[in-house]
Amino acid sequence: MSPIQEIIQKVSASHGTERESLLPILQAIYAKNHILTEEDMIEVARELDISAAHVYGTATFYSFLETQQSGKYIIRLCRTITCMMHGKNIILQELERLLKIKPGQTTPDGIFTLTETNCLGQCHKGPAMLVNDTPHTDLTPESIREIIDKYRREALQ
Amino acid sequence: MSSQVTLKIDSISVSVKQGTSLLDAARSINIKIPTLCHHEDLCVAGNCRVCMVEQKGSDRLLPACAIPASDGMEIHTNSMKVRNARKQILELLVSEHRAECTTCYKSGNCELQELSHEYILGENAFINLIPFKEYTIDYYSPSIIKDDSKCIRCQRCVRTCDQLQNIGALTVSKKGSEMKISTFFEKPIYQVVCTNCGQCVNRCPTGALTEKNYVEEVWSAINDEKKYVVVQTAPAVRIALGEALGIDPGEIVTGKMVTALRRLGFNSVLDTDFTADLTIIEEGHELLQRLKKVLKDKDKNVRLPMTTSCSPGWIKFIEHIFPDFLPNLSSAKSPQQMFGALAKTFFANKIGVDPASMVSVSVMPCTAKKFEANRPEMYSSGYQDVDYVLTTRELALMIKQAGIDFKSLADDNYDSIMGESSGAAVIFGATGGVMEAALRTVYEVVTGREVPFEGLNITPVRGMEGVREATLKIDKALPEWDFLEGVEVKTCVAHGLANAKRVMESVRDGSSNYHFIEIMACPGGCLGGGGQPIPTSPEIRNARSSAIYREDTLKTIRKSHENPEVVKVYKEFLGEPLGHESHRLLHTHYTPRERY
Repeated sequence: MSPIQEIIQKVSASHGTERESLLPILQAIYAKNHILTEEDMIEVARELDISAAHVYGTATFYSFLETQQSGKYIIRLCRTITCMMHGKNIILQELERLLKIKPGQTTPDGIFTLTETNCLGQCHKGPAMLVNDTPHTDLTPESIREIIDKYRREALQ
Repeated sequence: MSSQVTLKIDSISVSVKQGTSLLDAARSINIKIPTLCHHEDLCVAGNCRVCMVEQKGSDRLLPACAIPASDGMEIHTNSMKVRNARKQILELLVSEHRAECTTCYKSGNCELQELSHEYILGENAFINLIPFKEYTIDYYSPSIIKDDSKCIRCQRCVRTCDQLQNIGALTVSKKGSEMKISTFFEKPIYQVVCTNCGQCVNRCPTGALTEKNYVEEVWSAINDEKKYVVVQTAPAVRIALGEALGIDPGEIVTGKMVTALRRLGFNSVLDTDFTADLTIIEEGHELLQRLKKVLKDKDKNVRLPMTTSCSPGWIKFIEHIFPDFLPNLSSAKSPQQMFGALAKTFFANKIGVDPASMVSVSVMPCTAKKFEANRPEMYSSGYQDVDYVLTTRELALMIKQAGIDFKSLADDNYDSIMGESSGAAVIFGATGGVMEAALRTVYEVVTGREVPFEGLNITPVRGMEGVREATLKIDKALPEWDFLEGVEVKTCVAHGLANAKRVMESVRDGSSNYHFIEIMACPGGCLGGGGQPIPTSPEIRNARSSAIYREDTLKTIRKSHENPEVVKVYKEFLGEPLGHESHRLLHTHYTPRERY
């Protein structure tokens, strides 16, 4: 059994093989590989007996699923108006300077992907960002350098 | 609780069944509410919002297609508020639509264009967003062109592919301003599970999905003096062509069409119906051969049920979705391809034309036939058997271009040979027709008597029910077929690929035990094909269907094996059914394909 089939089996054991379990399956695959490939989606479509195009439609609808390879850590910086007024642009500049990439890109070493996102619900503590599932708030250029440094060391260990 | 509700629409009192939408309630009193995403064959979507109406006492406008009528409602379909809202909605749709109507293939038959005209849209009421959008035009398929710049995302195509065909080749991808109609991973249509049936083309309200047209290629061939151009016309074209030329649905225009084709300059005007009769002979004998091998010889390598192979949409569907059932598919080619193979061999020889200089054109109710003609297997004459496939719509365009007043044309007859046909061939155009035609012949081969139905009308296989079953008991079989004595031949007819899928699943899980299955990819069979005049609706398809069965009863020859030209072709050229020449020219093989 391929690794993808294993994931599908594991998720469908708890969620079933109906159409409703499509999203949890895609989430599980993405959590493991940080990408949903063509082959993965064909496999999912076959297992659930649905059209592969619909799997693609679902995968491209959600911001937290990607069809391109993302880094080990996905940085989602809030771009909504409150964080903007709290100085999000300076944070973005600092992130771009540190990582040497623009939003939508991944570092060549495959550690970080930088994107902008809509409201994270942390308006009272802006600017805010998510790194994978962990929120970081009250960001300053200094705290950004520490955060990035921490994740980089974690990745290189 | 009463099952009727009474409401007022534009001050007219109307009583309708509970659950009826405001749109249908208004239609019942001849008030037209504009629609774009709504289609009679599909579920309600309610996403285009042009059908907005006003309810007295409410601030919000209501989408008439999605709201059921209820007691005491007072609806206004033409208030100032409604008109302004509709106009703005149209202006917003047009701001994201590459509105280059003069160069658009769909111009004149475009619902968005028609509404834009009705509501007198201002020029650039909103910024034209097309220059800022990324869009792709997929013109790689031999059948269908998909142009995202003209898409208004009404999702009729997606619903068609899901609900009528159960394929899901198209989906809605991404969201917000980036939302679009996509195939799997934005692959070109020819690489994905699409069967080219063209039902989406038939339902697209704009020019986003159109057939690939071969009008110029055909004109070039006609105008080339060195070429001999042969044309064949499918059974379902003659009962629908009129619709595209100002004639009511359900009128038979066979004679006028033949006259028009001659006037266009085709050298020989011949009939696909002739090879439809031939298909019945080949397919019927193949069925008998399979029955013999399974029932008498107990040959484990031969599969039943046998399914028909006339519908190229169905062929591609089974190749993608049920590749393990390819051995069940009859190996007989479709009438179009049988015609192509005979045109450049038997017919070319007969009239003394070099097949290299022959151009074979077909007029089909179908977009999938364009793909079929381009299949690499279809070169059995040594050349591409069918060079160009035109849809009914394209032929109507050519007739208009040629300045022919179609309505006033006199009737004419097809050329001979390969122009004669039976009533059995005519009904190929309707769902159940191939089955009926095959049974008329097979029963007679086996018993020496006509099928036991009044007037040869096998009514159990007719109609518009999605899946129909019929059993025919073989009684007093001739000695050669004694193993069939008393056998109840179980048949099944399905149209629309969603129904086909259900039937094939029942075959797979063993819950059915058919001998012979007819499947047509399109709703209603070829008469509802993707290449037929737009619009299509259950009502129009019923009108076409009754025209087909009327044409059948008008024919003097009603059975394929009694077509004198078919008898002649076997005598002079092919030898016998399923013989060596038949196998070389009239049979084919299939290719398993990926399922995405």
